[in-house]
Amino acid sequence: MPAVSKGDGMRGLAVFISDIRNCKSKEAEIKRINKELANIRSKFKGDKALDGYSKKKYVCKLLFIFLLGHDIDFGHMEAVNLLSSNRYTEKQIGYLFISVLVNSNSELIRLINNAIKNDLASRNPTFMGLALHCIANVGSREMAEAFAGEIPKILVAGDTMDSVKQSAALCLLRLYRTSPDLVPMGDWTSRVVHLLNDQHLGVVTAATSLITTLAQKNPEEFKTSVSLAVSRLSRIVTSASTDLQDYTYYFVPAPWLSVKLLRLLQCYPPPEDPAVRGRLTECLETILNKAQEPPKSKKVQHSNAKNAVLFEAISLIIHHDSEPNLLVRACNQLGQFLQHRETNLRYLALESMCTLASSEFSHEAVKTHIETVINALKTERDVSVRQRAVDLLYAMCDRSNAQQIVAEMLNYLETADYSIREEIVLKVAILAEKYAVDYTWYVDTILNLIRIAGDYVSEEVWYRVIQIVINRDDVQGYAAKTVFEALQAPACHENLVKVGGYILGEFGNLIAGDPRSSPLIQFNLLHSKFHLCSVPTRALLLSTYIKFVNLFPEIKTTIQDVLRSDSQLKNADVELQQRAVEYLRLSTIASTDILATVLEEMPPFPERESSILAKLKKKKGPGTVTDLEEIKKERSSDMNGSAEPTSVNSTPSPSADLLGLGAAPLTNSAPPPSSSGSLLVDVFSDSASAVAPLAPGSDDNFNLSLKTGLEKKNTITSSFVPAYGMFVCKNNGVLFENQLLQIGLKSEFRQNLGRMFIFYGNKTSTQFLNFTPTFLCLNLQTKPVDPTVDGGAQVQQVVNIECVSDFMEAPILNIQFRYGGTFQNLSVKLPITLNKFFQPTEMSSQDFFQRWKQLSNPKQEVQNIFKAKHPMDAEITKAKIIGFGSALLEEVDPNPANFVGAGIIHTKTTQIGCLLRLEPNLQAQMYRLTLRTSKEAVSQRLCELLSEQF
Amino acid sequence: MQFMLLFSRQGKLRLQKWYVPLSDKEKKKITRELVQTVLARKPKMCSFLEWRDLKIVYKRYASLYFCCAIEDQDNELITLEIIHRYVELLDKYFGSVCELDIIFNFEKAYFILDEFLLGGEVQETSKKNVLKAIEQADLLQEVSKFNFSGQSISMVGCESKKFLFL
Repeated sequence: MPAVSKGDGMRGLAVFISDIRNCKSKEAEIKRINKELANIRSKFKGDKALDGYSKKKYVCKLLFIFLLGHDIDFGHMEAVNLLSSNRYTEKQIGYLFISVLVNSNSELIRLINNAIKNDLASRNPTFMGLALHCIANVGSREMAEAFAGEIPKILVAGDTMDSVKQSAALCLLRLYRTSPDLVPMGDWTSRVVHLLNDQHLGVVTAATSLITTLAQKNPEEFKTSVSLAVSRLSRIVTSASTDLQDYTYYFVPAPWLSVKLLRLLQCYPPPEDPAVRGRLTECLETILNKAQEPPKSKKVQHSNAKNAVLFEAISLIIHHDSEPNLLVRACNQLGQFLQHRETNLRYLALESMCTLASSEFSHEAVKTHIETVINALKTERDVSVRQRAVDLLYAMCDRSNAQQIVAEMLNYLETADYSIREEIVLKVAILAEKYAVDYTWYVDTILNLIRIAGDYVSEEVWYRVIQIVINRDDVQGYAAKTVFEALQAPACHENLVKVGGYILGEFGNLIAGDPRSSPLIQFNLLHSKFHLCSVPTRALLLSTYIKFVNLFPEIKTTIQDVLRSDSQLKNADVELQQRAVEYLRLSTIASTDILATVLEEMPPFPERESSILAKLKKKKGPGTVTDLEEIKKERSSDMNGSAEPTSVNSTPSPSADLLGLGAAPLTNSAPPPSSSGSLLVDVFSDSASAVAPLAPGSDDNFNLSLKTGLEKKNTITSSFVPAYGMFVCKNNGVLFENQLLQIGLKSEFRQNLGRMFIFYGNKTSTQFLNFTPTFLCLNLQTKPVDPTVDGGAQVQQVVNIECVSDFMEAPILNIQFRYGGTFQNLSVKLPITLNKFFQPTEMSSQDFFQRWKQLSNPKQEVQNIFKAKHPMDAEITKAKIIGFGSALLEEVDPNPANFVGAGIIHTKTTQIGCLLRLEPNLQAQMYRLTLRTSKEAVSQRLCELLSEQF
Repeated sequence: MQFMLLFSRQGKLRLQKWYVPLSDKEKKKITRELVQTVLARKPKMCSFLEWRDLKIVYKRYASLYFCCAIEDQDNELITLEIIHRYVELLDKYFGSVCELDIIFNFEKAYFILDEFLLGGEVQETSKKNVLKAIEQADLLQEVSKFNFSGQSISMVGCESKKFLFL
């Protein structure tokens, strides 16, 4: 290449670059750049019109400055001017500037599009090439709007030059990626497929990428590409290494094209036509055979290119997953690579074998390499390779080798890189649970995990071990013994204290017979760790202590002394202080019977998929720390959300999640700790711990009984306050009141679960007798409320609620009692409405309207226009929408007077996304409310409920 | 391919090509993170690594690192050879290319890349065809009028004079 082509002789630019490089400091560089920027600005603003060369030079300098990392806020216009120059180099620099510094300035885009249009129409292939490159580089929606119709024509026109065709194909690909809706399918698609037969390999190379992307979305339309791709591939792999001239790369014929064709074939199942299928199998066999031939060159480029094709062929074999012979050959080939001296190949072999391990045909073949993989884990010097080895061990694990693999992973964990420890911990925890034949092994494994890598053991992992121990009584004694022994270590991880505290609190009695682990020793052991622990762990330990009071009455006074100490009763942390106060009080006033009920052993957890697995699934590669944190938060709230029975915390503190689980045995059968001490005893007589599913199917019956109930009703109903409606947007208040009885409600809802506290107050001075509240339509396994309610007293009942599916009618509470010789009977609707299971969703304006459009089926939308019943106050309206449960989305609706909201209704089986829009018309004193959800009945119900509120 | 970055051993960015729309801020953040990650790796380590949900393929030529980000289903080895072919193209065009050529003629480096890769996909793998396109463009330049010899320009930073491709 002649020296003359090095640079276009922009001497000013070279001098400037040289100056910058000579700058001794960052400050000097910035100074020099500012000087240049001032100079360019004055040149651009000057009266004298700049010639094309100067413009090009200055635009190029600006580009250089931008690429150094500085902001550029001018020069765009000059660059656009260069686009319309007839001089190629000026045009080229203009396009480069536009490509690098795209600006969404619509005025500018219009001008740019104009210039592109002219160049596309110029029939000058170099100009057309520049214009297409620019579209492909920018790829904005505006450009797609302007050119998505035009480019397919250029692509398939008979007289288009090859190089232009190549650019047009990839340009279209880019536009399809950004704006698939703007690229119309049509006649051109079949002609594009035939580009696979083109004589020019460059055209085939470019077209294959386009076809692959289009075929992924429209497989039917591009089905014919399969046979064409197979025959093209076949011609390439059977060609002699010199046949393809410049498309042969280090003795490998057209490696890039081969890889792309193999990719394209992965969009489809194995070909149905036996001839095509046979030909493809031959190709794949040829590729596998070539891997065994001696290399034609010692250059790494040769082996890389050859193996690139080989790995892609193996991907296709795995994708088809239908030829056991090929799968096993692929596995053997990868097995060879596992011990290759090239690190890259070892890495890729491990990666590729991971997918092979999940095929039933090759799973056993993969397993034969276990020793090599374990060895890789121990000896590889590169952490990325070791990571792949961990992945592969995880993938090849089954019942036959789980013990070995888990042991090796634990072994590796001791020295593993910090970056991958958490992932290994999750994997070990999952494997240990999945393949545990013997749960003592499982318990040992998890305790080992905590011992080796306690910091990396997330909540999910230790929650899970507790769930399993609680659900399996054959392992409880062993677990208690093991944690007790583990806690003997002078320095043990806080996670171990949590697990130990929890398990001993439940099952410490199982080892208390042994004098070496007597109650007092157990307690002293735990308490010796107390001061070293964080607040959430201390809170958990306090719960363990109160459980000990029940398990071991002989150490009750010791525990009471601890609870009574100033450091507990006057603890600065409100949660600890509250627990200490309440537990102390509980231990003092409650009889042993009550204690035994309240502090009963935890009921088994419902069986469900391990949340650890979900966490690992979510964990995509070694993401950034913040990502992981977010996932962690999300997960842990999920976990508590789905934990049944739900735990209730009086004060939503940051540690609430953790405490929720720790406190579950108590709150399960007890009111929130906020209740005062005297109330505790009242409530214990009525431990409504069952989860009561709403039965939407029996709505009709339910209406009937309501009617008859009303007809039968005597004097009391006269003062019935229809307060039901006001609970739609709030959770607490008085539901019913007459001269005898007041019914108050407090409720909380989370996802598809809810809990309601019902307070029955006797307003008279006389006892109510035979007081029996019953729930229609609710399946409640609750102990009856004390049948006598003293004059002036209040009793409380807890109702746990689960939303099984969406429903229309509210459940009915029927109350019967005898007052002064007359029998009273009344029925009220419990304000459990569908919107209670709303979780608000924040979203941007763009997302909102996109979803809004997606829900455009007439059945999904319900609209109601109605007269305002209350003064039309924007603030009150906002509060009501938030109280309704949806998120209130500000600055979404173009009309600021309108209100929009979004949320998700959670039921046990589904989640239903809901969007709402409320448009007030102040003059007419009217509202228009529109609901869009994926389910007609839900739209209808929510619209009814909300319409009543304004 | 999602993007390609060229940077020096000192962490200076020499060329950046983005095939997905990202804000300038995001681009800078990615560049910073990735340059740091790659520079921290030892010579004999493997050329691939997982980063966020992407696969990074990189290779060092003399003082310059060439670094590509590809998606999960993309082929690592062929990407490594994309890098190599690009270096070959630069080498052929500049005649024993060194880092300085890319610094002083950055626009040429971009033009060559655009002929080779478009929209993140290989457009033309034939060395001849790519260079033919660039040569044609060079012929269209007004060489005689504006070609000052670049000889007098002082080139500092001796490490970057090393040829990339031997």
